[in-house]
Amino acid sequence: MLEAADLGCERGGRALFRALSFSLAPGELVRVAGANGRGKTSLLRILCGLLAPTAGEVRWSGEPIRSLKEEYSKQLVYLGHAPAVKDELTAAENLSIACRLAGNARSRDEVSAALRALGVPGGVFVKTLSQGQRRRAALARLALSRPAALWLLDEPLAALDAQAARLVEGLVAEHTAQGGMVVYTTHQEARLEGRVINLDAMVENA
Amino acid sequence: MLDVLLGLVRRDLLLALRNKSDVGTALLFFVIVTSLFPLGIGAEPGLLRAIAPGVIWVAALLSSMLSLGRLFAADHADGTLEQMVLGAAPLGAVAAAKTLAHWLVSGLPLVLIAPLIALQYDLPLSLYGVLVLSLLLGTPTLSLIGAIGAALTLGLRGGGVLLSLLVLPLYVPVLIMGAGGVEMAAAGMSGQGHLLLLAAMLVGAAAFAPWAIAAALRISLE
Repeated sequence: MLEAADLGCERGGRALFRALSFSLAPGELVRVAGANGRGKTSLLRILCGLLAPTAGEVRWSGEPIRSLKEEYSKQLVYLGHAPAVKDELTAAENLSIACRLAGNARSRDEVSAALRALGVPGGVFVKTLSQGQRRRAALARLALSRPAALWLLDEPLAALDAQAARLVEGLVAEHTAQGGMVVYTTHQEARLEGRVINLDAMVENA
Repeated sequence: MLDVLLGLVRRDLLLALRNKSDVGTALLFFVIVTSLFPLGIGAEPGLLRAIAPGVIWVAALLSSMLSLGRLFAADHADGTLEQMVLGAAPLGAVAAAKTLAHWLVSGLPLVLIAPLIALQYDLPLSLYGVLVLSLLLGTPTLSLIGAIGAALTLGLRGGGVLLSLLVLPLYVPVLIMGAGGVEMAAAGMSGQGHLLLLAAMLVGAAAFAPWAIAAALRISLE
């Protein structure tokens, strides 16, 4: 269970949000909404521990994530704006290294199956792929994320075509159906149910 | 955890193998600088022998600094660094693994080619061992110290200049001990004291630098 208690965030001297509290139970899906520059990415970075909140704390199963460190990181998959794939490696090498880095090494077969599911050719260098295909290659990690319980997805649908967007929505739905938690942001039309945290409203309240 | 770190070292070596020009730069710089000195100074064996330890060590130091900028830059730019912070291994260990890979690619080749360079300076054969050993002990320390600077200046504009200013003062003791050890041996005395101090610096750097690098990386990512 993920809890955000009284979170506040300031970037460059500007308060983005204040006193933001919510919790996420297994199987829940939450969309962070808000206009550009409202702090959606900052919120996700705070939730995964990359950014320290100016106030409040994030707790995982009741423990502050600051003290859990790697124990917490092992529970989550964070996909940010940058796809974290290397041009000089093939899609399969990228995925296999990303899994290994997360402490979740996968066999060659599992890796190529995950890439096939997302329609990415595994054996070609990423530098020859298009933006959308790179994005797909990065998202293939979701298919191999088990046992990570928490997905933090920043604009997962950006640069994807309709078919890939449906695939990602399918993965998200499957994950939540199995008791996983997902926090995501998107400006695209997403066919996903779930609660919405609206950062625009936060600013007006503050 | 060891599996994660080995995978990381292997990945960095694979990336270096696919980016040969990047890797070659440091080695080529070292070879060019050390080869230009005998050409510029002239074939005066006594003089060349006298300056050899200093010149080779200074060239090694500058070449190590030259490659520092790339240590974390690519991973920072494409988001891999964030994934490393969120990885299963502690960031300090990840930093150590990355620095090791960096040294294998940019430091070890210098150590291996040093005897060939020493040939140009007519260094007596008996000094080759001390020279190689001093570089072998000194260049990893340079990489470790440099990595702290590289992590601190990550993502800064004009970070290269700042990086040199930051790490240069910390490089100086290594340079003095490294070149000094070879000079002592050349003067017929034992360079052991200098080498032992170099080894002590390496142990100290290996113990403390990874945590400093990790702290610097966290600051740079915020």
